[in-house]
Amino acid sequence: MIDWPILSTVTFLPLVGVLFILLVPGDDEGGKLNIRRVALVTTVFTFAVSLFLWGWFDYNNPGFQFVEDSDWLGGAISYRMGVDGISILFVVLSAFLMPFCILASWESVQKRVKEYMIAFLVLETLMIGVFCAQDLLVFYVFFEAGLIPMFLIIGVWGGARRVYASYKFFLYTLLGSVLMLIAIMAMYWDAGTTNIAVLLEHDFPAGMQTWLWIAFFASFAVKMPMWPVHTWLPDAHVEAPTAGSVILAGILLKLGGYGFLRFSLPMFPIASDMFAPMVFTLSVVAIIYTSLVALAQQDIKKLIAYSSVAHMGYVTMGLFTMNEQGLQGGIFQMLSHGIVSGALFLCVGVIYDRMHTREISAYGGLVTRMPKYAVAFLIFTMANVGLPGTSGFVGEILTLMGAYQANSWVALFATTGVILSAAYALFLYRRVVFGPLEKESLKGMLDLNLREKVILVPMIVLTIFFGFYPMAIMDVTQGAVDNLIQNYQAALDAAGQIQHAAAPAH
Amino acid sequence: MSDVTQMPDLLPALPEIFLALSAMVLLMVGVFGGNRVSPLVNGMAMGLIAATALFVLPFGAQQGETFNGAFILDGYAYYLKLLILIGSFFAIAMSWAYAKSQAFDKFEYPVLILLATVGMMLMVSANDMIALYLGLELQSFALYVITSINRDSVRSTESGLKYFVLGSLSSGMLLYGMSLVYGFSGQVGFPQIAEHLAHSGASLGLIIGLVFMLAGIAFKISAVPFHMWTPDVYEGAPTPVTAFLAAAPKVAAMGMLIRVVIDAFQPVTSDWQQVIVFVAIASMALGAFAAIGQTNIKRLMAYSSIGHMGYALVGLAAGNEIGVQGVLFYMTAYLAMTLGVFACILAMRRKEGMVEEIDELAGLSRTNPMMAILLAILMWSLAGIPPFIGFFAKWYVFSAAVEAGLYPLAIIGVVLSVVGAYYYLRIIKVMYFDEPKEAFEKMPVELRVVLGLSSVFVIFFWLMPGIFVEGTLAAAGALF
Repeated sequence: MIDWPILSTVTFLPLVGVLFILLVPGDDEGGKLNIRRVALVTTVFTFAVSLFLWGWFDYNNPGFQFVEDSDWLGGAISYRMGVDGISILFVVLSAFLMPFCILASWESVQKRVKEYMIAFLVLETLMIGVFCAQDLLVFYVFFEAGLIPMFLIIGVWGGARRVYASYKFFLYTLLGSVLMLIAIMAMYWDAGTTNIAVLLEHDFPAGMQTWLWIAFFASFAVKMPMWPVHTWLPDAHVEAPTAGSVILAGILLKLGGYGFLRFSLPMFPIASDMFAPMVFTLSVVAIIYTSLVALAQQDIKKLIAYSSVAHMGYVTMGLFTMNEQGLQGGIFQMLSHGIVSGALFLCVGVIYDRMHTREISAYGGLVTRMPKYAVAFLIFTMANVGLPGTSGFVGEILTLMGAYQANSWVALFATTGVILSAAYALFLYRRVVFGPLEKESLKGMLDLNLREKVILVPMIVLTIFFGFYPMAIMDVTQGAVDNLIQNYQAALDAAGQIQHAAAPAH
Repeated sequence: MSDVTQMPDLLPALPEIFLALSAMVLLMVGVFGGNRVSPLVNGMAMGLIAATALFVLPFGAQQGETFNGAFILDGYAYYLKLLILIGSFFAIAMSWAYAKSQAFDKFEYPVLILLATVGMMLMVSANDMIALYLGLELQSFALYVITSINRDSVRSTESGLKYFVLGSLSSGMLLYGMSLVYGFSGQVGFPQIAEHLAHSGASLGLIIGLVFMLAGIAFKISAVPFHMWTPDVYEGAPTPVTAFLAAAPKVAAMGMLIRVVIDAFQPVTSDWQQVIVFVAIASMALGAFAAIGQTNIKRLMAYSSIGHMGYALVGLAAGNEIGVQGVLFYMTAYLAMTLGVFACILAMRRKEGMVEEIDELAGLSRTNPMMAILLAILMWSLAGIPPFIGFFAKWYVFSAAVEAGLYPLAIIGVVLSVVGAYYYLRIIKVMYFDEPKEAFEKMPVELRVVLGLSSVFVIFFWLMPGIFVEGTLAAAGALF
């Protein structure tokens, strides 16, 4: 093990890039190029450091690793960092997607490049920080501060209704998270610390757990987003620039699932058990309803946004089954969706850069002019549907298996979502890529250029690799997941015994 | 019983005495030098305030009581005095450019600020009702005059008159409350009142007196329902005066309120607690909703400050040491943020003169990116978004309320802070998302310094929060 604070390094490394960018005079073309290069180098370097982190990670240790602890707000609130099997892969995912976001914005963002790159690098720091935080308040600071750069990214570089979308995004998520803040305070006073490792061991009173669970749910359900509080997502996705959508779908949505895994399930097991049927219901509604809504969309990005909500439904369903398949599947689904939906938005970005429209009806017959693009888009569409051999399949099948053990009705209804997702995804693909090439404007379309290939090829490789060898991910998460299930069961058993012991007294 | 003919120990009150004498000397300089020496008077006033904060308070003054217990200098008063001096110092600094461009170079202005500062320092050191009233009136009278210091401006005189009439009314209420408290307890000193309450309980008359006193003080911190003067006075007063009004006097009045309720009325905490809870909720709600429709940035800041007083009171409602620490921390953050925002407002100047409409900030991110990002950060901080200081301020007051079991208050408060975030975001939206308007004149150096200092504090607070957290905790500890 190493003494060097690697988690703080990987978290704050992007800010070093920000400093360099601030030094670059960036009004002319040369300056813009330099800024893009600095941003790219920074993000690639951060990704490299995150890979080292993965390399040094001890698979057999279910607890927190690379722990840092230094005084911060005095008393029980310290600056604590640490990752376990659940969080480390999200750190890597965040660092992985970032260089592609920079590349995707290479040509499409021409105005205010400096601010744009700064916003993305700051966002990277905040996202990685969320997953590295091992203190509840540190977590909250990173969690909520992430709203600021995303607000600007949507509002400054977004589409026509960007102001509305950015406000909705900001206020919706803020409302959810302030309730969590109150819960954090209550936990602080009850447990006397905000150290997550200690809170995981702490037994909150059953009545209190209910309220804390609801408050955390308010935040994470919005972030996830779960039906019926998902309405900010389609707006934000449609208006955000391509890279913004990638980050939103790839990482910000995962914060909700990560929050359930890190806080709701292990810290409030009794409440989680009590509310699981509600979560199942909402998940199933999300899967079926948003899939149907996706069928009716005219806007490509909106369609993918609704499909994201449906896929997040599988995640919540899997997580709350609290069995090994469900949890592993939920985590896997989040990571896989991070890659696949990110790649889908990048694919949309490719044609948006050429045509400047996201209307499905504006396209058709792209395969004749853009065969390489058609292949890439097909692979990601299939991964989104959950075709065996792609990473999307593994997550779906595992969550469904987990759900079947927990409640077969849930699995039954959720499985219809697989059919529906095939329907909307193939429908989209047919209308955009197949059919006759009739529209004059499309006849001059060029196929993928080198930059776009560099973006899409690694994603294709990973999608297929994880489809065939999911253990690459599951080995990492295994220890932490087993630990989580054991503690959860132990807490439920203990609570059950208390109830039994209390029963005769009546 | 001490001998009234004996010379009291002056050391605890040395900073006030020093500043009061300074004000009189400066007044002489001004009277005999005329308006051409007003820059000199300005500079001297700042120098004297700095000297008080840097030397007289830390090295000359001695902690302890004097004037037969009417005046107290403890860690609590010490901390608040530093804040007050900082607020006054920067308020004078920020008036320079305005004085030059707006024919505002009156030497009375710094002198009056000095006198108001003396009043404020007395307020936070007052340990009985008479001293409290004296300090409060000294501060208020100076403020009435500087609000209407632009005699030729109808807006300025109107706001001065409004402030005076309503302020007198509130002083009357305060005095009435004090007379009831005195009548029913037979005491004027805070510790003696507390002792009386602890021994013989609270009679109805005493509670009525307490409520009247709270009403009078609530006016000074512009808490709902005694806030009506705030938007008009903020809008009508010359902008540097507004900057001053929004910062230091709020800190002083809040400090006074805390000392009154904790030192004198600790035994009847549950009685004043319900008043504070109501006032806090009403202030937060009004601050959040009424600001939405504002187009004038000074008016907006008025509603914003009403809301912030509500948040600070959330901490006081907890009624314990952590709560008081929260309030002190909140006022520190509030002071820094307010000074920074007003430095920006004072920089909203074109060739034709000052502008105050929010729309005039349109596209500031392109015409003046530095000012835009700093103002945006201040707005986020005011909205309570981490990692800026406004978030930590909210953390401390709300966690105190949660600790005291005031869950409904805390939940209402944070939800209202989301409503409030809407109008702070609107300013950011105007600066970042809208098409640019004509650029402002170059920002004067002293405003840059104020904005820079306050932004550094607001942005980088999280790097080394320890000293402020411990400082506020020690200050709050002095009361308990």
